[in-house]
Amino acid sequence: MSTEKTEREAIFSPKNIKLLTGPLNMSNPITVQILGICSALAVTVKMKPAIVMALALMVVTAFSNLVISFLRNGIPPRIRIIVQLVVVATLVILVDQLLKAFVFDVSKQLSVYVGLIITNCIIMGRLEAFAMANKPWPAFLDGIGNGMGYGLILIIVAFFRELLGSGTLLGFQVIPQSLYNAGYVNNGMMILPPMALITIGVIIWVQRYYNRSLIEK
Amino acid sequence: MKALRKFLDKQKPHFQPGGKFEKLQSTFEGFESFLFVSNTVTHSGAHIRDAIDMKRTMIFVVIGVIPTLLFGMWNVGYQHFLSFGQHPDILTNFLYGLGKVLPIIIVSYGVGLGIEFLFAQIRHHEINEGYLVTGILIPLIVPPEIPLWELAIAVAFAVIFGKEVFGGTGMNVFNPALTARAFLFFAYPGNMSGEKVWIADKLDSFSGATPLGQALVGNFHNFPTPHEMFFGFIPGSVGETSTFLILIGALFLLITGIASWRIMLSVFAGGLVMGLLFNLWGANQYMELPAWEHMIMGGFAFGAVFMATDPVTSAQTAKGKYYYGFLIGMMAILIRVFNPAYPEGMMLAILLMNVFAPLIDHIVVKSNIKKRLKRAKLMLAE
Repeated sequence: MSTEKTEREAIFSPKNIKLLTGPLNMSNPITVQILGICSALAVTVKMKPAIVMALALMVVTAFSNLVISFLRNGIPPRIRIIVQLVVVATLVILVDQLLKAFVFDVSKQLSVYVGLIITNCIIMGRLEAFAMANKPWPAFLDGIGNGMGYGLILIIVAFFRELLGSGTLLGFQVIPQSLYNAGYVNNGMMILPPMALITIGVIIWVQRYYNRSLIEK
Repeated sequence: MKALRKFLDKQKPHFQPGGKFEKLQSTFEGFESFLFVSNTVTHSGAHIRDAIDMKRTMIFVVIGVIPTLLFGMWNVGYQHFLSFGQHPDILTNFLYGLGKVLPIIIVSYGVGLGIEFLFAQIRHHEINEGYLVTGILIPLIVPPEIPLWELAIAVAFAVIFGKEVFGGTGMNVFNPALTARAFLFFAYPGNMSGEKVWIADKLDSFSGATPLGQALVGNFHNFPTPHEMFFGFIPGSVGETSTFLILIGALFLLITGIASWRIMLSVFAGGLVMGLLFNLWGANQYMELPAWEHMIMGGFAFGAVFMATDPVTSAQTAKGKYYYGFLIGMMAILIRVFNPAYPEGMMLAILLMNVFAPLIDHIVVKSNIKKRLKRAKLMLAE
């Protein structure tokens, strides 16, 4: 271990790549760590808000991980949660203002959930579990990776909910009018939050089916 | 019969482990035990040996709903022709209804059993008889005009998410038939509620509102007589209208000992008590509706007899069954009268109490333990 520390690690060493790709599947924040479920249910009715939410969360996790990792040796352990919250809250306010400035309508749709990123378990979880014990660059990558893992699930859920619930994708009509004329009706339950939970359940089911090692004993 | 037996015996080795079609073993066994009584019985241990098995339980419930099903078919035709002001003979009515209801039954069984077989195959377990009952209950609790593709999706949803994810027959938390109905209700409200859906192909100018729908908007002129509601000459879901025939089915289930009289009794008691409370309150015309009329409107009787008594999803303890049923009855009337979005509260009341059934059992068992401990301590003290 001691020799490893002195060596300069490549920026995209296999270990660092794993920080990026791991959360997409084997350590996915939503389906494996079961964090951040609340916002995943709330913002996935349509794809556009889901994508914006995923980006917002990715920015916040990445940079809060980075900042906390820089400060990690200077933070007194007893007040670390408060320090973490200050950093996260600052970033969330920045993101919120940016969203309001550039994509106001989406910001309106996301409503309180942007502000609630502060309390998103993924962020606190990653800060506690990773950033407090790792160097800034891996911490930053870990933040990006977890943000992507969160975003991936959000986008999958939103894809099915928007397609089946509204017949659109990113606001464009996908299901042809002729199908509606033939008697097709949008599934009203897809718009309700319970269906988001069930969709996430199905994703977890499929994922566990292919990765048997994830099945809890 | 013998030839069939011989044929099956000849095919059997192919489906045993190591055979050509070993993957299809559970499908083969499903067909075999459907055609012949299974001859694998308990050989040892202190078991009560009785002819009553799951297959017989299920078949009895199916027999119990046959009267309401037949009447429901006739009523579908009767309501249809009534909306045009016609009164054809019984057979015409029945055949019209048969044409509407039979496809629903076929889709319900086809999709449901298909998924059951698939899961049995993938999970290498035997096919259970559980779907036999669910498959006949679903057509009885949907409107006659339900689009078949929507029904197919709802059945698939109910079997997969209401039953199979929990581990199949006997493990489910929610009544699968009601899960299918709840799915339809929330996913496709346009085809599950309102005035248009309860009469097949009705004349547009004819109001097709059910008594519940009328009561909810306070429209009490032209209200069906108790006689009409009791015998079921009203629009509604296929099998729920005739309280009289449902009670005959209930009698059959009680005599054969399949369904719990405790649950049935307490559901009706709960509904009556809630109705009487509303009568005392009497804030609007709906609340003043005689409490006993609630029992013969909508799906109350059907839910009490065939849905609440589902042995898997109801409370298991004798005392718990009283609480469970009573709360269903109260909740159903409460939702009916108070919530304008849900004209019929029975479905939601039963599903809600399905969730609480294990908790009720837990409390009953715990309180019993406590009581007995107290008694034991008293005896020790003496």
